[in-house]
Amino acid sequence: MSQALQYAFSGVTMGAIYAVVAIGFNLVYSTTGILNFAQGEFVMLGGMIAVTYSRFMPLPVAIAAAVATTAAVAALIEAGFIRRLKRHTLLHMIIVTIGLSIVIREAALLIWDEKVRSLPFFTGTESSSVRVFGAAISPQTLWVLGTVFAIVAVLHVFFRFSLKGKAMRACSANPQAAMLCGINTSNMRTLTFAVSGALGALAGCVISPMTMSQYDMGTSLAIKGFAAAMLGGLGNPMAGVAGGLIVGLAEAFSVSVLPAAYKDAVAFALLLCALFVKPHGLFPERGSIAREA
Amino acid sequence: MLRIRNLRCGYGNLEVVHGASLHVERGEIVGLIGANGAGKTSLLNAIMGLLPPREGSIELDGVSIARQPVWHGVAHSLVLVPEGRQLFSAMTVADNLLMGGYRNPDRDQAIAQALDRFPRLRERWRQPAGTLSGGEQQMLAIARALVARPRLLLLDEPSMGLAPLMVKEVFEVIAELRRKGVTVFLVEQNAMAAFGVTDRVYVLETGDIVMEGRPDDLLHNPEVKRAYLGKGFRNVWE
Repeated sequence: MSQALQYAFSGVTMGAIYAVVAIGFNLVYSTTGILNFAQGEFVMLGGMIAVTYSRFMPLPVAIAAAVATTAAVAALIEAGFIRRLKRHTLLHMIIVTIGLSIVIREAALLIWDEKVRSLPFFTGTESSSVRVFGAAISPQTLWVLGTVFAIVAVLHVFFRFSLKGKAMRACSANPQAAMLCGINTSNMRTLTFAVSGALGALAGCVISPMTMSQYDMGTSLAIKGFAAAMLGGLGNPMAGVAGGLIVGLAEAFSVSVLPAAYKDAVAFALLLCALFVKPHGLFPERGSIAREA
Repeated sequence: MLRIRNLRCGYGNLEVVHGASLHVERGEIVGLIGANGAGKTSLLNAIMGLLPPREGSIELDGVSIARQPVWHGVAHSLVLVPEGRQLFSAMTVADNLLMGGYRNPDRDQAIAQALDRFPRLRERWRQPAGTLSGGEQQMLAIARALVARPRLLLLDEPSMGLAPLMVKEVFEVIAELRRKGVTVFLVEQNAMAAFGVTDRVYVLETGDIVMEGRPDDLLHNPEVKRAYLGKGFRNVWE
């Protein structure tokens, strides 16, 4: 029983990170129509930048600054590069963003080399643990879950109640009508990239003490986050949370029956199954491009 | 107020509007009639900045607005009620109106006024726009545009697909706008209905303005009768 709980906690923790990446995928996809495979790099950047900053400033400040820096990088990618590309197909843009992710990764290798780094545990140390229902978990797990919960809650409030958030929804529902309402849709797209960069970076910071940060951690996060987004239903930001948790849990429990080396394959097996059985995901967004195609 | 000179625009290799010139003066209600595919919507899209003109000029109050971003025009009170309404159908009536006032700092007041004019929308306040009837959706589309406080309102086929009673209501709203000092540029296929509210009418035929005149004069023009009023008369009498 406590063994199962242990798996569940580790699954939910990783799942929460996949969920944040999936939310980023969905946000960017629904307002720009782009599948941004550089999403995982934002997680890496957040962790790496925070590690560097934390040498000069207290941890919370370093994290906030890392989140802001990553958001700025993401905004710059959109405003300086993606915005200038002529209209391309979904596939072209996927290749462009994969290219971008390689550039970011190589830049990170130059800046930080290939050493594995990590932020200190936010509370306690590596060896400290708290007991929850008989399972021993690191306090950092609670930080991860709390942060992801806060991200989801804040996004929910933002989309439901703020003018900017509603405008963002309007842009994804009908970009031309949004323009006709006076919404500056290109700035909205930049803002979406910045928000998804900030979310990824924050996830990268809270996870860093447990899984470490390294220049090449982004790829697998991007792919699993993508699986989570597809599983939940592309274009529906909050559905990514369910997708992320499912992928994370499946991965964690697979270790109990399969060799650990197959862990990564589980996410893809799940994704393939989902695509066969429910091609639009568990919670499809009405009218999204994925549904029409 | 609005002055267009020798405007050419189109999509890809296809030129849709071949050098149209027209003007709309402050306080006027000007109509543009023409058959399907004459280029009416392209002309409106060019004015709004959705479609970049290839040649010619578009001026609002003497300032060129060609190629400016769409939101810029809206911020300067140039507002379009697009063809097919283009509502945010999954969003509530309330949020649709709020989006209409995105650039208007006094949006709360403007929304209150729009609701006084269209009390049905108040009843539907929390309902998704997509669940409204066709007539209610058109009312919402017009209300959403009014929340932006337009000085020049462009309307693209507001009567399309509506029951005769709703058509009547739409044109009553347009007539009221004149009293509020809003200048209106109305694009219609329903020529007869357009003649009822406009001061001047342009006729657009396959991308060229072929006629301009007061509705009374056009009404008796045999060519206009043949081309545009056949259907219009039927619409009115049936």
